[in-house]
Amino acid sequence: MIHPIPPGTRDVLPEEMRELRSLQRSLVDLFEARGYGEVATPAIEYDEVLARGDGRAAASAYRFFDGSGDLLALRSDMTVPIARLVASRFADTDPPLRLSYLASAYRAVRPQRGQMREFVQAGVELIGEPAPGGTAEVIEILGAALDVAGLDRAVIGLGDADLYRQLLTELGVEGEARESIIARLATHDLVGLEAELSEVEGIGAEQAATCVALSQLRGGREILAEARSLGGDAVERATARLQETFDELERRGVADRVQIDLGLLRDLGYYSGAILEVYDPALGHVLGGGGRYDGLMKRFGIDLPAAGFALYLERVHVAQMEEERRRGEGR
Amino acid sequence: MSSEVAGLGRAKADGPLKLAVPRGALFGETLDVLDAAGIDTAELRGDSRSLIFETDRLTLVTMRPSDVPTYVEAGAADVGITGKDVLLEQSDRLVYELIDLGYGRCRMVLAGRKGDERLGESERRLGMMRIATKYPRTAERHFEATGRQIELIEVKGSVELAPLIGLGDGIVDLVATGRTLEENDLEVREEILECTARFVANRVAHKLRASEVDDLTARLREAAAK
Repeated sequence: MIHPIPPGTRDVLPEEMRELRSLQRSLVDLFEARGYGEVATPAIEYDEVLARGDGRAAASAYRFFDGSGDLLALRSDMTVPIARLVASRFADTDPPLRLSYLASAYRAVRPQRGQMREFVQAGVELIGEPAPGGTAEVIEILGAALDVAGLDRAVIGLGDADLYRQLLTELGVEGEARESIIARLATHDLVGLEAELSEVEGIGAEQAATCVALSQLRGGREILAEARSLGGDAVERATARLQETFDELERRGVADRVQIDLGLLRDLGYYSGAILEVYDPALGHVLGGGGRYDGLMKRFGIDLPAAGFALYLERVHVAQMEEERRRGEGR
Repeated sequence: MSSEVAGLGRAKADGPLKLAVPRGALFGETLDVLDAAGIDTAELRGDSRSLIFETDRLTLVTMRPSDVPTYVEAGAADVGITGKDVLLEQSDRLVYELIDLGYGRCRMVLAGRKGDERLGESERRLGMMRIATKYPRTAERHFEATGRQIELIEVKGSVELAPLIGLGDGIVDLVATGRTLEENDLEVREEILECTARFVANRVAHKLRASEVDDLTARLREAAAK
């Protein structure tokens, strides 16, 4: 007899579990070896606590009342719960703090391969270490994590979350038009972006073209110069931040899998400065992401810079299998 | 460490880019634009039953327009061409919309029977209109945005049939010339939006095969502007 489970959730049977567990073990061991102690937090939290960390209206897709009438929510990532944990439990500890996790999180998605309502994330949080050193350390560990996962073709995209916010401020775009432009950039809807920009008063054709051209710049160090040639203070500042981070990565010898991407914009509300995304050519979906969130800890009462990343464990596993298959085919 | 290899040295491409080509109403003009962009489509114009065609620069994969976002989101096709109507109906599919190609122009409209006040009457007396459509999400969004309630009737085939035999008060459908409406005694009551063909890309392909995607984007942009 078949007893159903909700779409977007699944059972894991021994053969898959063996592979997942071996991947988990290598990641957890790596994080520990780099000085990132593992923590766990409850899957359910008070909704208002999660919402404090997340700028958006509904921080969680799954919310419900418990017996005493409190509104609870399933976490949608581990960054906000860890910010909460650090504020509550490590307020008196000298920074920096290095923490890691391996945990399930929950989001409303259209279920498909590697995209589930319940999924496992493996990641680290580095709290109290500012840019560029903190950012570079996190990227270095992310690179090492991709190495232990055997994804030697994987690439880390490095962008800047503040670039467009500052650019739009510089251009005097506020309110609804600003939100709408940011949304187009986040979904990379260039047709909509061009239409939106042409409607905003005070933005000329040249400035609109600059904005669109910026979002298409991705590649090695050379694109920073290309970006600078487009001009403007916001671009100057963002490229300077990226340059510093990239220099630091080169100093550490871990820049070779990093792609600078001025079109990168993640939809999570708490990012500031550097943002990260992880890709593998064998998979059409993003394997993970992260970045800096220097304003997040302050929302929980301690003003500390912070950065981190999370890998979607199931997607990494899919990419591992695809890469193995590809090697098997001898391509 | 050399900056030339940054990031992209690792992600070695697996063969040429795969482009999803829509069969159906957009097929002919899509082939014309591809030709103008220097991609040889002679094989696709023949009566071959194949679905996959190798050209010197691209692998062309033909499919239903409504399947294009699915293939491109998953990365099975790196880039693709499909109608804006399809993208709007599947707006939860994450694909990068890079160019408005300008052809395949048509309108999404609300239509009702000529000289028939059923749409207005249902709204007035029942508080909602019954709308038959193949584009449920687009229809729902339009009526939500204009503050009206509808009962949505999703059909798969010729939607013009629905109001003629009493399934629904009106339809939301895509209109190119308006002939089908005319022939079925229907008329446009409201314009919802204008749709054209769009060039879309998978987000990972857009990052990892940046120069190939940019090159194709530039050539298509130029070809479409002709």
